Amino acid sequence: MSQGSGLSLLGRLNNSANALGFIFMLPAAAILLVFLTYPLGLGMWLGLTDTKIGRDGVFVGLENYKSLAEDSVFWLSVFNTVFYTAVASFFKFFLGLWLALLLNENIKFKSFMRAILLLPWIVPTTLSAIAFWWIYDSQFSIISWVLVKAGLIDKYINFLGDGWNARFSVIAANIWRGIPFVAISLLAGLQTISPSLYEAATIDGASPWQRFRHITYPLLTPIIAIVMTFSVLFTFTDFQLIYVITRGGPVNATHLMATLSFQRAIPGGQLAEGAAIAMAMVPFLIGAILISFFGLQRRAWQQGTKD
Amino acid sequence: MPHFTRRKFLQSTSVAAGASAAGPMIWVKDAHAQWNNTVEKGAKLRVLRWKRFVQGDEDTYLANVKKFTAKTGIEVRVDHESWEDVRPKAAVAANVGSGPDIILSTNDDANLYPEKLVDCTDLANYLGKKYGGWYPVCEQYLKPDGKKWIGIPFGAAGNALVYRESHMKAAGFDKFPGDTAGFLKLSQALKAKGTPPGFALGHATGDQSWAFWLVWAFGGKMVDNNNKVVIDSPETIKALEYGKELYASFVPGTLSWLDPNNNKAFLDGQISLTANGISIYYAAKNSTDPKIKELAADIQHANMPIGPAGVPTEMNLFFNQMIFKYSKYPKAAKEFIRFMMEEEQYGPWMQSAIGYVCHPLVAYEKNPIWTVDPKHTPYRNATKVMRPIGYAGKMGYASAGATADFIMLDMVAEAVSGQKSPKEAAERAQKRAERYYKV
Repeated sequence: MSQGSGLSLLGRLNNSANALGFIFMLPAAAILLVFLTYPLGLGMWLGLTDTKIGRDGVFVGLENYKSLAEDSVFWLSVFNTVFYTAVASFFKFFLGLWLALLLNENIKFKSFMRAILLLPWIVPTTLSAIAFWWIYDSQFSIISWVLVKAGLIDKYINFLGDGWNARFSVIAANIWRGIPFVAISLLAGLQTISPSLYEAATIDGASPWQRFRHITYPLLTPIIAIVMTFSVLFTFTDFQLIYVITRGGPVNATHLMATLSFQRAIPGGQLAEGAAIAMAMVPFLIGAILISFFGLQRRAWQQGTKD
Repeated sequence: MPHFTRRKFLQSTSVAAGASAAGPMIWVKDAHAQWNNTVEKGAKLRVLRWKRFVQGDEDTYLANVKKFTAKTGIEVRVDHESWEDVRPKAAVAANVGSGPDIILSTNDDANLYPEKLVDCTDLANYLGKKYGGWYPVCEQYLKPDGKKWIGIPFGAAGNALVYRESHMKAAGFDKFPGDTAGFLKLSQALKAKGTPPGFALGHATGDQSWAFWLVWAFGGKMVDNNNKVVIDSPETIKALEYGKELYASFVPGTLSWLDPNNNKAFLDGQISLTANGISIYYAAKNSTDPKIKELAADIQHANMPIGPAGVPTEMNLFFNQMIFKYSKYPKAAKEFIRFMMEEEQYGPWMQSAIGYVCHPLVAYEKNPIWTVDPKHTPYRNATKVMRPIGYAGKMGYASAGATADFIMLDMVAEAVSGQKSPKEAAERAQKRAERYYKV
């Protein structure tokens, strides 16, 4: 009797698309809950307490955020992060797009070139960061050495000892590392565009610029939106490059929110404040996502209606 | 209450022993009998320590561990982590209540979770009495309430001036100046000769200690003994003004220097004077490159010069040994630390690290390592004269937070490089420090 009803329950479940869908979704939901929602929620909670490393905290409301609002180093890190992300993303996009367009042409050793392009992306970040640390070294920089030997400059460049030099140096390292991701993703997008469109345009007498402007660009927009959202998110939350090359120096000129958050939370023991800084990154990240979704992805023509 | 009586017994006997002692070695043997500790049956220990700065340290430490296991049958597993990673690991262990039985950590770590640590007063008293007492900084770090030891000091990595003797002579100095005024003149003369000094001004966790020396040498300090922030003071301004002149003699680029930079630049001959542990000399002496080996002969060490404060104001990296309350074998852990701190183990260990870690116990200043090579001698007093990181206040979250945030170093870097006036830099440091030292 009980066996029979169990079977029929199973049978009914089997026939219900909704129930089955729910069951199949459970593992994914559990993963999201355990590995994303819980840490995020914990971070949010920690930011509202006065937890220190090695000691539980009590709820203090927005105390950490108030204290951060008066902290010049925190604001400097906000500025650095926005500046770092904006400049690096700008260059990564244009250089990446340019590379993608070049690689989409019929050039010699095409696959070889594409493989090479991926190298900066494959090298572990920490290793490439250490390489850049040597490249920018105040005493052993290869760039300075070459320029001095060539007689172009007479003393070594102070790459990381001057605030603005340091900012641009770490941005350059980030661009170098980030281009492959943008270029390869855009290249994949370019290859989905049907050649017949270009043929038709060529027959109509469209110039290369017109072909890019009216075929490539509009059809690539959805990919651009996704790629650049990811690129901005990666850049905004960058940590390893800074931590290896400057540790946020000189005088906090290259401290990003992520590195400051770590510095205060772990070596400094102020776990709650570190969490608050990390949480302060969230609005920026949400903003970046919204811009890309509403600004770039939801073009009317993509929905099948007129522009 | 066998515990109580043993301690009482210990105290009374060692006072008597101390009174009759002519040299430490005579009464060492007597006191040895006073340590009674029955370790737990089947004890096993896990030790987490910072990764060596010099190879000899690790080799002999592990050899001593082996000796301990052979003698007591207690298995000991030793893990090594970069010294900057030990701090978070130790904190997490304290937090969750499980992890290594013993952690060797740095600076004010034990002051962050004193209630999670096993009371080591009996062991500290035993060792202190046997080996001529602990240096004052040990009590400042590990006996915060003046009664209870929350850990056993392990020593300190001395930070002294490392210089090239030939360059100093070429700059017109026969003897290394011991005061700040002479030190500035030497630095300027070295710069004029094209062999400048260089001190790290980037976010160098270890090599930032010279910034503390600088401010303290002129009487400035982060907090007074009530933990009130007093960094914005005329003394600090004087220190920063002096630092500005000193900085003018530095090799370019020191604002970007992290911990390894000064070692690299010194061994490459690009700078002739810096502040460091004995590790540069150790590296040069043990190098297989004949050119660098030659350099070792020219390397000399001197103590950080004394400023208007009139006393040594060194800040050295302090090492502690903590036993956590969650350990199932606290007695075995104490036995292990005692064993490692005894002359038979600690002495040879000091020697193989050529004094990278300076002893915390007075009797060990007689260790031949300090005199076998006169170049070692300046590191002998590292623990004796050093000040703790949160000077002149109490150690705890505020001192740890302020140090990790590089407040002192940033202030010095800002002022000496001319990005801010000394007054502005001191005001900013005051504000930043007050966030940590708020009541």
